Amino acid sequence: MSHSSRSATARSDPRQPGRLHARVEVHLGTLDLDVEVVAEPGEVVAILGPNGAGKTTFLRALAGLIPLDAGRVSVRGAVLEDPAAGVRLTPQDRHVGVVFQDHLLFPHLSAVDNVAFGRQARGERRTAARQHAREWLDRVGLGEHADERPGALSGGQAQRVALARALATEPHLLLLDEPMAALDVDARREIRRELRRHLAAFGGPTLLITHEPLEAITLADRLVILEGGRIVQDAPPREIARRPRSDWAARLVGLNLYRGTGRDHDVELADGTVLATGDRVVSGELYVVIHPRAVVLHAEQPVGSARNVWQATVDSLDLYEDHVRVHLVGGVPIVAQITPAALAELELGEGSRVWVAVKATEVDAWVA
Amino acid sequence: MMRTTRRTARGGSGGPIVRSAGVAPPRTATLLGLVALALLLLPLAGLLVRTPWAGLGTLLTDPSVLRALRLSLLSSFAALALSTILGVPLALVFARYDFPGKAVVRALAVLPMVLPPVVGGVGLLAAFGRRGIVGGPIERLTGVSVPFTPVAVVLAATFVAMPFLIVTVESGLRLLDHRLEDAAATLGADRWTILRRVVLPLLLPSLAAGMALCWARALGEFGATITFAGNLPGRTQTMPLAVYLELERSPDAAYLLSFVLLLVSVVVLVALRDRFLRVA
Repeated sequence: MSHSSRSATARSDPRQPGRLHARVEVHLGTLDLDVEVVAEPGEVVAILGPNGAGKTTFLRALAGLIPLDAGRVSVRGAVLEDPAAGVRLTPQDRHVGVVFQDHLLFPHLSAVDNVAFGRQARGERRTAARQHAREWLDRVGLGEHADERPGALSGGQAQRVALARALATEPHLLLLDEPMAALDVDARREIRRELRRHLAAFGGPTLLITHEPLEAITLADRLVILEGGRIVQDAPPREIARRPRSDWAARLVGLNLYRGTGRDHDVELADGTVLATGDRVVSGELYVVIHPRAVVLHAEQPVGSARNVWQATVDSLDLYEDHVRVHLVGGVPIVAQITPAALAELELGEGSRVWVAVKATEVDAWVA
Repeated sequence: MMRTTRRTARGGSGGPIVRSAGVAPPRTATLLGLVALALLLLPLAGLLVRTPWAGLGTLLTDPSVLRALRLSLLSSFAALALSTILGVPLALVFARYDFPGKAVVRALAVLPMVLPPVVGGVGLLAAFGRRGIVGGPIERLTGVSVPFTPVAVVLAATFVAMPFLIVTVESGLRLLDHRLEDAAATLGADRWTILRRVVLPLLLPSLAAGMALCWARALGEFGATITFAGNLPGRTQTMPLAVYLELERSPDAAYLLSFVLLLVSVVVLVALRDRFLRVA
């Protein structure tokens, strides 16, 4: 095992990160996972799907924590696992960085020792590893918390330490398992921005496991929709937004996704509409996402604090078991998600005129 | 609800008896609990009352007493060391491997916890005695005989005490988040590194508790020791054996020895707690 690892390491050149090619078949309990994913160097691929779709199993298989029943995994042309050929590198020998859902930092080690752990485990001297770890903590903005234990860090800080810990080992492949699932809304926003920056700096292929469409759209170059152990769709975010191939994926379409140009606190959309956002946005090309739940409908012109208010016409209504999706036209085309009670109260039907309000803080913008 | 809150608030400033949490127990249960407390504390009180303190100085300079005390301390700590070196790995095996018949093997391994110690002593003789299934061949090959030696004292104490360490450490291992070990593996740590830098540090509270239990049981060991190691003063006579022997000859000395043993137990347990359990 260790011999094959050494040769695998020797063959690959750390300055030339290469693609991931994974064909993974795992049968585990009721799960029957059979997927093929390719990720290019520098590409961020989001694996998106409902709970139980096999996302985490797929990630654990790539990390070597679950054996493949069949298939083949290679990174930079080096084979990590190929059951038919009897090849199976241990997790230690794969150089695969993993950021786990609830960070899984070592609770008894300080932040800096957590980040230094991987390099020390690979034989680097303690002082050198810690020096390197401090640089990484500075890079994720946590230099001042280097000596704190994970218990003293906030969820967002702990997740940044976990990211630094994974990246400090200079992995050939980066796997992120629902890195924001355990965080509150504010921490998510902060981490998302950070992640985007660090993923851009990381030269290797990255797989991001998530069940949050927003997370996937904001971070990934490509989405892979996984349902019931099979890939339902594999395409760029906007392509999936336009033509979702499953009910579950259709929920992505429900997200109001726009393109625009940033200007101070505002974003000017392609059609000339200006949306106010809660954050100071950078100028240039931006994506804007508004969740349908954040779109509030009023019969009269609202007098509240919402910064984005306009009058629209109901184009169509989609009725679901517990909610209604209202498609609105006139002004920015947008979808609102409301309760059946609210629908009755507003007496909405196709063609109804209604006031639309979206708080600036609900308008998420990020660099395209 | 209101009354509880008020009473708790008053109790917080050093007042009378207050209930800390949950529903108050029935009066009968409280009374029975007090009986239990009496049963546990009266022997200690009796010991303190009846101990002839005046004799303490003479006793503690008695060479035979010092030899017994020394043997007890040495053998109990040797048993603790042996139990730790061997018991922690066995706990790791039990916690991390599944094999056919594991439940039976595991139950047999911790049987000494519930086995009458004298039966354990007979078993030790049958295994390591001069005609034992292992002891016989050993003596024929090397001329070394184990029973009725200080080594036998350590073996007897280890036999009865190690299971306490094993079960405590094993349950501690089961409570560990094994995904931390997965995380360490993806960071490139081999099994030794994971054990040394992740598992053992996180296991420290369980390990300390298991070691304390193990040592205390070894110190108090009587039945297996007297059966397997005998009661040879200066050689295999530990403090508990000395206490029992003195009770026949001079009860005062027995009280004093018991008190010394009590003191040693308390001192070591408090030291262990300050040293390790605080980490938890």
